[in-house]
Amino acid sequence: MPWLSYRKALNRALGDELARDPAVFVLGEDVRVAVSNVTAGLLGRFGPERVLDTPLSEQAFTGFATGAALAGMRPVIEFQIPALLFLAFEQIVNQAHKFSLMTGGQTAVPVTYLVPGSGSRAGWAGQHSDHPYALFAHAGVKTVVPATPEDAYGLVVSAIRDDDPVVVFAPAGALDVRVDVDFATLAPVPLGVGRVHREGSDVTVVAIGHLVHDALAVADELAGEASVEVFDPRTVYPFDWDGLAGSVRRTGRLVVVDDANRTCGIAAEVLATAAERFDLSAPPARVTRPDGAVVPFAPALDRAVQPDRDQLATAIRKVLKD
Amino acid sequence: MALLSAAAHADLYRTVRLIRRFEERAVELVRAGDIVGGIHPCTGQEAVAAGVCAALRADDMITSTHRGHGHVLAKGADPKRVLAELAGRTTGLNRGRGGSMHAADFRLGILGANAIVGANAPITAGAAWAAKRAGDGRVAVSFFGDGAVNQGVLLESLNLAALWRLPVLFVCENNGYATTLTVADAVAGTITGRGEAFGIPSTTVDGMDPVAVLDAARTAVDRARAGGGPSLIECVTYRFDVHHTWEHRARVRYRPDDEIVKGRSRDPLEIQGSRLSDVDRERVDAEVESLVDDAVAFALSSPHPDPEDALDHLYATGLRGRPGDGR
Ligand SMILES: Cc1ncc(C[n+]2csc(CCOP(=O)(O)OP(=O)(O)O)c2C)c(N)n1
Ligand SMILES: [Mg+2]
Repeated sequence: MPWLSYRKALNRALGDELARDPAVFVLGEDVRVAVSNVTAGLLGRFGPERVLDTPLSEQAFTGFATGAALAGMRPVIEFQIPALLFLAFEQIVNQAHKFSLMTGGQTAVPVTYLVPGSGSRAGWAGQHSDHPYALFAHAGVKTVVPATPEDAYGLVVSAIRDDDPVVVFAPAGALDVRVDVDFATLAPVPLGVGRVHREGSDVTVVAIGHLVHDALAVADELAGEASVEVFDPRTVYPFDWDGLAGSVRRTGRLVVVDDANRTCGIAAEVLATAAERFDLSAPPARVTRPDGAVVPFAPALDRAVQPDRDQLATAIRKVLKD
Repeated sequence: MALLSAAAHADLYRTVRLIRRFEERAVELVRAGDIVGGIHPCTGQEAVAAGVCAALRADDMITSTHRGHGHVLAKGADPKRVLAELAGRTTGLNRGRGGSMHAADFRLGILGANAIVGANAPITAGAAWAAKRAGDGRVAVSFFGDGAVNQGVLLESLNLAALWRLPVLFVCENNGYATTLTVADAVAGTITGRGEAFGIPSTTVDGMDPVAVLDAARTAVDRARAGGGPSLIECVTYRFDVHHTWEHRARVRYRPDDEIVKGRSRDPLEIQGSRLSDVDRERVDAEVESLVDDAVAFALSSPHPDPEDALDHLYATGLRGRPGDGR
């Protein structure tokens, strides 16, 4: 079977949707030359009218996508840096997201905001290394963080086809993941449905994005001591609460690993929901970036603020002991 | 100036008169507590909405501002449903979900008024781009105030529209103030200079005269439809009433009395009214009066939304999030 890399999966999803639906177009900075590689080959296949290089005007081109969507198009914006979402937060959260309700359901804004390379990129320092998906979840904007190439393909396709705005975080830590896959099996992955990557009976680890792979490695490592279930929500908003409830019902214990700042993060939301709804046999734990982390430049410092496998193993052991 | 038929003059006058009376009645409803949150009345500035929209086709698109009732009415929105929206009723344009600053009617190309200064500019550009791609000849108008010309997103949008030759009209209503701040205290250079910097044909017109506005808008619309790209029209105007109705109670003072007297001395209603015979004018006035009476009656007798439905339409797909009430 052929290899599919995460990056290539994003590329394939864009190409397939551009081919399927003439309303779809891609815009962003350096997308024609495909500096991020995600739009590679699309200019040649679909032409400059559907693969639009924009000036460095994030606010204008994000608002522009809203207008194009209101007029019947399905724009996909590629953002070069996760922090660019801060510049366009107004256009996404206060404009695109609010049109449906505020117009009494007259219209929809089907825009996809794609961030290939979110989170730490090793050596790019504080302004390039954020993982602000919880901000969008808080605002109620549909937000996905695929962990694997096949889910990246399937979630991007679903994001583009969805009638609401959807933000797609493709973690830098997952971009080089490759799977051996039959391309014919690639399919849309519904938003809001999690995935159990590994079944277990002692503890549920909720892992987000690239950390799914770390969680699986830790589960292997601990195989002699504990049976670890790895649950990947895939979509952080709307979250698959029923899926997680099912997992926790089997295991009774919960650890969350989330590569984002601690306060008001997705891990915090999972723990709050667990306190309200789940019947846990031990206090849950979360492994996250520190509160208010700004990712420092030096590699050892950069790694120091990201959740790692040792921290996760320690948290699992602690939850199992309680 | 273009020679217009008597009927065309009467149409312009009807629009100006409708907006004026609509706003006056809306202010009364604010005072009476029937419109919650107040409004930004556009009395005095009616000529801009009337002149620009008279140059448009029914399928052309507009976006508007916090001071947007005039634009929406001039584009053809039903006064009943606009007023019902202001009163937060289910029969409103937005089913009571938008209110004064967000009136939208997509069937009429009204892509929404917008409460964030400058935010409508890129939306207009995107809609115009889609129209250009579809080749349907539609143009899109972005109305904005003098306060918006210092917003980065507006300048970014001027660049995009010029770069991609988009069929957009940027219509600046320069009423001299952004809330209490004068243009002199806020704008370095000029408003038309901002357009010219991007190679956009930019003109300043008398924004108190609907015919002068219509003239400039026609030139710009023709250019846009012919593929000539965007234009910017600065309409110099004066707001007769407050920035927002909270001023009726707060009485902040920032406009000198003599300026107010001078500003009000050129009234679009009189400028356009003088172009009609007395009989015609009285006939239009009577028509408008009954339209507005009907609108008030309709709005006040319409149902209030059910609190259970507060988050209806939040997602186009019908997604429902978790309730917040501890259930
Ligand atoms: C981006 C933004 N900043 C501030 C405000 C608050 N605000 C609402 S209207 C207004 C003044 C706008 O002035 P102008 O654009 O000239 O329009 P006018 O009110 O004169 O019609 C301000 C500051 C806002 N709504 N949006
Ligand atoms: Mg102003």
